[in-house]
Amino acid sequence: MSKNENITNIKIENLDLWYGEKQALKDISIDIPKNKVTALIGPSGCGKSTFLRCLNRMNDLVRICRIEGDVLIDEQNIYGKDVDVVDLRKRVGMVFQKPNPFPMSIYDNVAYGPRIHGLSKSEVDERVHKALEDAALMDEVRDRLNDKAFSLSGGQQQRLCIARTLAVKPEIILFDEPCSALDPISTSKIEDLILELKKDYTIVIVTHNMQQAARISDHTAFFLLGELIEFGRTKHIFEDPQIKSTEDYITGRFG
Amino acid sequence: MFLRPDKAEKLAFATLKVCMASVIIFVSVLLIHIIVNGYSVLSIDFITQMPMKRMTEGGIYPAIVGTVSLIGLSMALAVPLGILSAIYLNEYSRPGRASWVIEMAINNLAGTPSVVFGLFGLALFVKYFGFGPSILSASLTLALLILPVIIRASKEALMTVPQEYREASLALGITKWQTTRKVILPAAIPGIMTGIVLSIGRVAGETAPILLTGAAYFLPRIPDSVFSQFMALPYHLFVLATSGTSISQTRPLQYGTALVLLSIVFMMNGIAVVIRNHYRKKLNR
Repeated sequence: MSKNENITNIKIENLDLWYGEKQALKDISIDIPKNKVTALIGPSGCGKSTFLRCLNRMNDLVRICRIEGDVLIDEQNIYGKDVDVVDLRKRVGMVFQKPNPFPMSIYDNVAYGPRIHGLSKSEVDERVHKALEDAALMDEVRDRLNDKAFSLSGGQQQRLCIARTLAVKPEIILFDEPCSALDPISTSKIEDLILELKKDYTIVIVTHNMQQAARISDHTAFFLLGELIEFGRTKHIFEDPQIKSTEDYITGRFG
Repeated sequence: MFLRPDKAEKLAFATLKVCMASVIIFVSVLLIHIIVNGYSVLSIDFITQMPMKRMTEGGIYPAIVGTVSLIGLSMALAVPLGILSAIYLNEYSRPGRASWVIEMAINNLAGTPSVVFGLFGLALFVKYFGFGPSILSASLTLALLILPVIIRASKEALMTVPQEYREASLALGITKWQTTRKVILPAAIPGIMTGIVLSIGRVAGETAPILLTGAAYFLPRIPDSVFSQFMALPYHLFVLATSGTSISQTRPLQYGTALVLLSIVFMMNGIAVVIRNHYRKKLNR
């Protein structure tokens, strides 16, 4: 396909994670390729969201959370001592389950990151317009950039959140069930958008929706009870799973 | 106890209505009483003149200046300190023994009688720091008195800010302090203003603490610095009503003073409410 085929962007080695006494991730090792969509699937509580949050260290916010193992992004261990978490999160953006725009105008939501990161007014303006274009929202909000973000529909709010993330110019974007609160039309817009975005970004997406994983991802990882059961090309995982529990989950026998 | 649900519903609703009505009646009676009795003495002279003839005539200008100074200075001291403390408690401190102790201390401070604060202010600010009986000593004392109110209100307000805002901002590579300043604090302002409204009423009305830290019985001149003694409306009211030279003759002056005190509190609260509504509108809630 592209020249980036098979370049590993995120490499996870023997990752263990505990919430207090409870081990939520067990010995996860996985290579996430650059400029591809990697889907994380599995039943509720299997650790896929927890795993996603390891990649931008959002789990740092959970006080009882303890992590062992390596997460390498471009060969740098993001849990290393000299890593600046704030800087890491500029490189690894995140879109959440529930659209969570700030209580500000549409424009200010997108401008929020670049402004705080110290860009000039014209640079911010440029970033906002580019991000809204790239998030396929510009046509719908062009005339109302100063309206409140809450005046948008749920699907538009989620694309606004994507634009807000794009405006910071990350290299990787993490999606944590981005469509679970959206209707089918909004969902398909976000899916189209993700397919468009993978040209420029490495994308990791947690989803409960198997069809969604099959539609948009290049690789799929199946998690169960904190373990990575199977990881491979999406086509293989869905058409020819090697492990029985993967097949059971995909065919809807549990979860 | 054994009423049918629909009867019980009616009874409960009626009870609530009676309670609400009685509150409104009490407040209206109080306000009307003060306005009716105090209205006659209200004039430009009353609010711009010194008290005269052993406080049986003249105005209450120095007491107005004193009370407004106390409100201004104590708010300027307590509001930033209170908000920053609340930010620390809600955004930064880890739950544990230390923060539990701090919370308990704040709750106990909020319940401490104001005369105790007065004694403390007398010992610390008037004597130990040598500020003397003065606007500064009294304002510092009042600031301490309202600090727990502001901290608690601010902390409650910060707690109601959705966690999603914090996550969204942090995930953009924004520091915690920037997140707090740009997103969390603006979203909490309406709640914080409510705490400030409560505090203004408290500062304007407290008598015991200022009595011990600088309020003067009779001082017919404007304080020239924060180190001056001062007159204040609540104490002036107390003096007129209990130990003045001619209590029954000055009754209209007492009501007039009460009315002015109330008006000042209402005006200050009005400003706070305007700020609160401005932010509410901005937040679209």
